[in-house]
Amino acid sequence: MNFHTEEPIHVQLAGVEKWYNELNVLKGMDLQAERGEFIAVVGKSGCGKSTLLRLVAGLEQSSSGFIYMDQKPLKSLNKHARIMFQDGRLLPWKRVIDNIRIGLPGEWKGKATEALENVGLGDKKKEWPNNLSGGQRQRVALARALVHDPELLLLDEPLGALDAFTRMEMQGLIESLWQQKKFTSILVTHDVEEAVALADRVILIESGMIMMNQEIPLARPRQRTQPAFSMYLEMIMDRIMNRMPKKNYIVEQNYQMS
Amino acid sequence: MDRIKGSMKQIVPWVVPFLLLICWQVFSWMGIIPEKILPAPSDVFQAGLSLLGTGELYEHVSISLWRALAGFLIGGVIGFLFGLFNGISKYSDLLFDTSIQMLRNIPHLALIPLVILWFGIDETSKIFLVALGVMFPVYINTYHGIKSVDKKLIEMGRAYGLKGKSLFFSVIFPGALSSILVGIRFSLGVMWLTLIVAETISTDSGIGYMAMNAREFMQMDVIVLSIVIYALFGKLSDMIARYFEKKLLHWNT
Ligand SMILES: Nc1ncnc2c1ncn2[C@@H]1O[C@H](COP(=O)(O)OP(=O)(O)OP(=O)(O)O)[C@@H](O)[C@H]1O
Ligand SMILES: [Mg+2]
Repeated sequence: MNFHTEEPIHVQLAGVEKWYNELNVLKGMDLQAERGEFIAVVGKSGCGKSTLLRLVAGLEQSSSGFIYMDQKPLKSLNKHARIMFQDGRLLPWKRVIDNIRIGLPGEWKGKATEALENVGLGDKKKEWPNNLSGGQRQRVALARALVHDPELLLLDEPLGALDAFTRMEMQGLIESLWQQKKFTSILVTHDVEEAVALADRVILIESGMIMMNQEIPLARPRQRTQPAFSMYLEMIMDRIMNRMPKKNYIVEQNYQMS
Repeated sequence: MDRIKGSMKQIVPWVVPFLLLICWQVFSWMGIIPEKILPAPSDVFQAGLSLLGTGELYEHVSISLWRALAGFLIGGVIGFLFGLFNGISKYSDLLFDTSIQMLRNIPHLALIPLVILWFGIDETSKIFLVALGVMFPVYINTYHGIKSVDKKLIEMGRAYGLKGKSLFFSVIFPGALSSILVGIRFSLGVMWLTLIVAETISTDSGIGYMAMNAREFMQMDVIVLSIVIYALFGKLSDMIARYFEKKLLHWNT
């Protein structure tokens, strides 16, 4: 096990299907994430977003199709990836620092402390998870994922349970850590604004298929008030709600990144 | 409630028992409670002192404690191990659980006549009965505790590279611990109950024997003393169990 590869990883899904008995959740997914790319996955509840992440994490096997990590097919637990869950899933019987060191081999103390400091909770080392606020718990969960220096970070609605202020703050934190550590990232979210704010590309899943694959070429840090931001937001919302587009979406060149 | 100070919180629960004791004593003095029905607390205390003097009390109490402890350990370990394996392994579960659930429905005290025929009235029969009684609550709660560990936490553990031993000690066992401790506390009650019945029916030593023997000589004070001792031990073991619960589950406050 080596988590110290600084290089972000390339992820590819080729014809990935997932069946739960008679239920066909994913119907042939083709998707690529470039090295260091930030992808957001949106879609209605139950459309298979979490299932997709669990497949990429290697927690479950696809019914057919392949997932390639740097061109190598994924067969079991994905050691390049770390996943962060909506409900945090901290172990309530371990103190914050011991939650972060879960699965950390060897010399863990320095790394765990640093990871905790990176999310701004250096002083909560010895606290029990039950005594933290929801936002703090998610910070710990984020630190626990990042302490392994993953080449791929999977985020399953990590901020869904937080209030608007804390969510904005955490979005900033995730973005800055991503820019700093340069991992590839797949974020599942209900919040289209969050997707547009963070992602290089937004994927919309509907009835088990990718129905939209939209680049968001806005420069960072992104201003949510800028017209291009609202335009992307509206475009994706219209697509999700199956509304007819009200106007033509014109991407203005000066907002593009490259 | 907040205004009740710490020391008061310690004292207040004891006020009612203490008043009852005083009433009992006073009524006995006044002859309202006849000595033949219930001896005065002071008499019981006296009986305790004199039995302590002859060394009889020590002997009976220690033999009872030994039976309780031996039976508890044997039954507890067997119940725990079966609960553990059946909780973790599907095969072991399939093989044993139904049988154990069936055995569990036999009231273990109903086996007393059989046990006397098997083992006579010596130590084995008492320890066997206590072990049998203790085994099932420990089994059920360990089994249930392990089965009901949050699946999401187990998935998280797997995602973070835990498996086998590390998954067990980091996630499964701590997750089942509160249920296991409930089982242990419950089984401590079963332990004393079984012992009281077993010692009263068939034995030649122990607290229960002391009580039954006293009955033949109409020594009311010794009978009440035995009851009080059982009660004290019951309370004591409960307190010990609570202490460990608090210590082991302090993250849960
Ligand atoms: N282990 C499982 N066994 C059977 N069905 C499952 C299982 N896991 C998920 N499903 C089903 O697959 C579908 C997709 O579930 P999934 O959790 O991926 O949805 P989601 O897009 O993450 O939804 P949400 O936004 O509400 O989290 C649902 O209909 C769900 O009932
Ligand atoms: Mg989900």
